[in-house]
Amino acid sequence: MTTVTAARPAPAELSPRVGVGEGVRQTMTLAWRTIVQVRHNPWELGDYSIQPIMFVLLFTYVFGGAIAGSTSEYLTFALPGIIVMNMLFITMYVGTGLNTDLTKGVFDRLRSLPIARWAPMAGRILADQVKQAWSIFLLLAIGMVLGFRIGTGVWSLLAAVGLLLLFALAFSWVSVLVGVLAKDPEKVQLFGFTALFPVTFVSNVFAPTSTMPGWLQPIVENNPVTILSDACRALMVGDDTIGTEWHVASATTPVVQSLIWAAAIAAVFAPLSVWALRRRV
Amino acid sequence: MTKAIEVSGLRKAFGDKIVLDGIDLDVEAGTVFSLLGPNGAGKTTTVNVLTTLLRADGGTVRVAGHDVAAEPKPVRRAIGVTGQFAAVDELLTGEENLQLMVDLSPVDAKDGKRIVAELLERFDLVESAQQPASTYSGGMRRKLDLAMTLVGSPRIIFLDEPTTGLDPRSRRTMWSIVRDLVADGVTIFLTTQYLDEADKLAYRVAVLDQGRIVAQGTPDELKRRLPGTHVQLRFTTAEELDAAARILPDATRDDESLTLRVPSDGGTASLRALLDRLDEYSLSAEEFSVHTPDLDDVFLALTGHGTEVPTT
Repeated sequence: MTTVTAARPAPAELSPRVGVGEGVRQTMTLAWRTIVQVRHNPWELGDYSIQPIMFVLLFTYVFGGAIAGSTSEYLTFALPGIIVMNMLFITMYVGTGLNTDLTKGVFDRLRSLPIARWAPMAGRILADQVKQAWSIFLLLAIGMVLGFRIGTGVWSLLAAVGLLLLFALAFSWVSVLVGVLAKDPEKVQLFGFTALFPVTFVSNVFAPTSTMPGWLQPIVENNPVTILSDACRALMVGDDTIGTEWHVASATTPVVQSLIWAAAIAAVFAPLSVWALRRRV
Repeated sequence: MTKAIEVSGLRKAFGDKIVLDGIDLDVEAGTVFSLLGPNGAGKTTTVNVLTTLLRADGGTVRVAGHDVAAEPKPVRRAIGVTGQFAAVDELLTGEENLQLMVDLSPVDAKDGKRIVAELLERFDLVESAQQPASTYSGGMRRKLDLAMTLVGSPRIIFLDEPTTGLDPRSRRTMWSIVRDLVADGVTIFLTTQYLDEADKLAYRVAVLDQGRIVAQGTPDELKRRLPGTHVQLRFTTAEELDAAARILPDATRDDESLTLRVPSDGGTASLRALLDRLDEYSLSAEEFSVHTPDLDDVFLALTGHGTEVPTT
């Protein structure tokens, strides 16, 4: 009797899933790709570098005196909120980029490769975190030049940055959903502006809640943008340096509420986005 | 010969619109197979199912020996896909696009550099390698797109309408690239709405019409299935034409060009009989040619309508 040993492919070859290590490497590659894109598209860099600086300068010098009495006092109040607002706008690039990939066929190309299914999405979101970190740094730097001072310590500041990045991570799913549903990348941008402008302005980013009409105040107070801005003010500026109108008793409440909001947004929009993406492709 | 692609009973519907209605086809390894059909016939849907991008509703599809639904990963390892729209990242340079593909494939970093350089050279993109792909012409994008597909050295390549929208020169370049790939032993699955393209490139052609394969075979087999093959004889004088027309009553004459069209199946026996008959009457034609219908005629005969079908 002869034993025939047929050449079989190695079991690893047939494993239906891509290993986590491989997936992480592919995610890094795709994040790199998104970052390199910026080099050839200076407009985008302008969007999350020059635009926030413009906002800081305009609001501080045009409205600052009227709202807070002095520009430096206004900056102390407004800068953390402007950072929050800017963070939300930047998340829209996740959707714009995803939509570009979907409409140009790049997404299908990536799907036809033997890479982890989640790598393209994870790569985009990771790249977004880099952009977020960059613009938080930029806004803090320009704020310092104009007279903004960190009233707390390094750890509190890092906690604020961490909270912002975490919130960005959660809010990216809203952007992913818009990116999947929109017909073309311009529509994603359009949505970003039309939906995010009211949401960010109907908050205490630029003016204290107490100056607003009574019917508006509960809306503003419960807006997650207000809550996250309060958390950032408390973590960056602290209690002492902030004027009474904008006084936040402690960082704990707004931080916890922000975390709950982030978790809720992710819990709703992540499954919704994945479902919409499955339907589209 | 081994089969690179085996499809049987493939069905796919979007909602209640049936796009593929029971497709059967086989592609031999190392050949060019062309799926021919007008817009909306279901070509792209077929490619999407075969490349694991879309799940079929029914039937079995095996690519490179693996079931696409059950084992998508080994299928993805074996294939390369160039979709209908040049799927290049316009914000990256040509070189960066290729590098991206290298980094996403299990190629060594050292080999990767060499592969990128070779592909840029091979596709004549060296000069524009540092330019963003957004500045490329349609033909260059297509070439870059195909170069990106080749990074992982796939054994089976799907090209979905690779020359649609290209100028004649870029089309010829694309054709020669396809021929080179096949010479290297790669299997090509090509969809096209250009009949001459299928005729020139493909070893076998399947004609897809409204979700069904209406004919399958070599381009010549398809042409032979049609009536209409004929021999054309050209004479030097009207007298000779008259004489020939008298002995060949089936023929149709064209007095202006002094030609006679004689229906024939194109086979050697009937050709010999025709020539013998001319010889018998001491007639000689100045020019003799066998005309077979092109695939445009094939399409019309097989589907009852031309290739211009309005998509719904």
